[in-house]
Amino acid sequence: MTRIPPSDITPEWLYRQRRQFLRSAGALGLAAAALVACGDATQPTTPAPTQPAGPTPQAAGTADERGDPLTDFDSVTNYNNFYEFSMDKEAVARVSAGFVATPWQVTIDGLVRNPRTYAIEDLASRFDQLERIYRLRCVEGWSMVIPWLGFPLHRLLAEVEPTAEARYVRFETLHDPERMPGQRDPWFTWPYVEGLRLDEAQHDLTLLATGLYGRTLLPQNGAPLRLVVPWKYGFKSIKSIVRIELTAAQPTSLWMASAPHEYGFYANVNPEVAHPRWSQATERRIGEVSRRETLPFNGYAADVAGLYAGMDLRVNY
Amino acid sequence: MSTPTRRSDSLIHLLALLPLAWIVFDQLAGQRSINPIQTWTQRSGFSALALLLASLACTPANRIAGVRRAAAWRRPLGLYGFGYALIHVLIFVVIDYAADGRAIMAELSEKRYLIVGALAFVILIPLALTSTTAWQRRLGRHWRRVHRMAYLAVPLAVVHQIWQAKSDIRLALVFALVTAVVLLMRLPPVTGVRRR
Repeated sequence: MTRIPPSDITPEWLYRQRRQFLRSAGALGLAAAALVACGDATQPTTPAPTQPAGPTPQAAGTADERGDPLTDFDSVTNYNNFYEFSMDKEAVARVSAGFVATPWQVTIDGLVRNPRTYAIEDLASRFDQLERIYRLRCVEGWSMVIPWLGFPLHRLLAEVEPTAEARYVRFETLHDPERMPGQRDPWFTWPYVEGLRLDEAQHDLTLLATGLYGRTLLPQNGAPLRLVVPWKYGFKSIKSIVRIELTAAQPTSLWMASAPHEYGFYANVNPEVAHPRWSQATERRIGEVSRRETLPFNGYAADVAGLYAGMDLRVNY
Repeated sequence: MSTPTRRSDSLIHLLALLPLAWIVFDQLAGQRSINPIQTWTQRSGFSALALLLASLACTPANRIAGVRRAAAWRRPLGLYGFGYALIHVLIFVVIDYAADGRAIMAELSEKRYLIVGALAFVILIPLALTSTTAWQRRLGRHWRRVHRMAYLAVPLAVVHQIWQAKSDIRLALVFALVTAVVLLMRLPPVTGVRRR
């Protein structure tokens, strides 16, 4: 049974209040824009805000269940591995700034009884948005603590009803080199693909995120919809999803295709199983100077270790 | 005659010091990296390799391309390259791993990219120490033989760069290609033809 600490769950009143705030802030922004547009051209113009319009980043919680404080919003939104835009983690925010994530549709099909396509607004309104504070551990050896907004993937899966043959879930990122210039790079086989075993996908910790820090996802964080699987290395948490397909065979992810001996299907955070070339024993929490010990399953072992009972995690890396 | 060469010499020093500005001042001037330790490590490593390759390019530049003054740049460029390699190693040992000998040895014993990188650095130490004119005289004709160890250290550093890359090794392959070219240009068939 999964424990979700009470601090991780957004009370509904807060969520509704936040929605209300979003709406009024949006209206306010429009009104302000209209005022500026109508203003006298000779008047000094105010400089454009550096952050996109919207409420100030605000999370309900301040720390994860281990007491580790949240990584600050600026770091979360300016240090991103998102090769679709840039291979430089600190350039992704700039390169992706003009990416427009609406309209957006997500198709969920394959081995399901009710295949369908959702508009992103429907997904956000159909499933209650919760705040979940998760640790994110990158395979490169750094980590963050992020307050996500979203809903457990199992709620969506329940709606489309996987058939008895369905064993895996395959996720696919938007493939549009016009909007994602990094996809012009022939080094990788686009689009980005990731996969989970069905029971991993149905685990309550597995989140489909639509926001973070109380705000809608920014392009660099995988707008408008991304996966968050906190006990696996960050690359499993695929961004800007357009398709979710239930399959019988194990999907091949982009990283598995790119370097099969280095990136396996499971990619569970495991300090005991080193990447063939780098150690995974320690990590640097962004904002901290000294290294931390990396925890088995990124600290979620009590919740998820049971999924892998009897499996040799050195073989299934 | 002496003025242009002196000017080119100071240009070499200036170019060799530019990466230091890239590593240090960039961070101080508001361009603060979110993961500064990794940024410093990568930039110092890149600079070390680039300058070591520039040093190795001096001899072919002199003998084959006819840039006579390049012979005088070989030593300063090599020493700058060693300097950046030293900064690179110090960042790893003192800042990244907080001089934790046990953790560093654990990494060093199993990670091949670290083993070749450390080997390259260890080879460079005696070369840097014996780079002075006094040592050149003291070692006589052995000096040249000792300093040929650079032909081993630099390829090892390139292998270190290839092995640490996540997936995209294109930049590292450019370094490998340049290394191969500057080393091949020392072989008698290449130099011999030109010197006939």
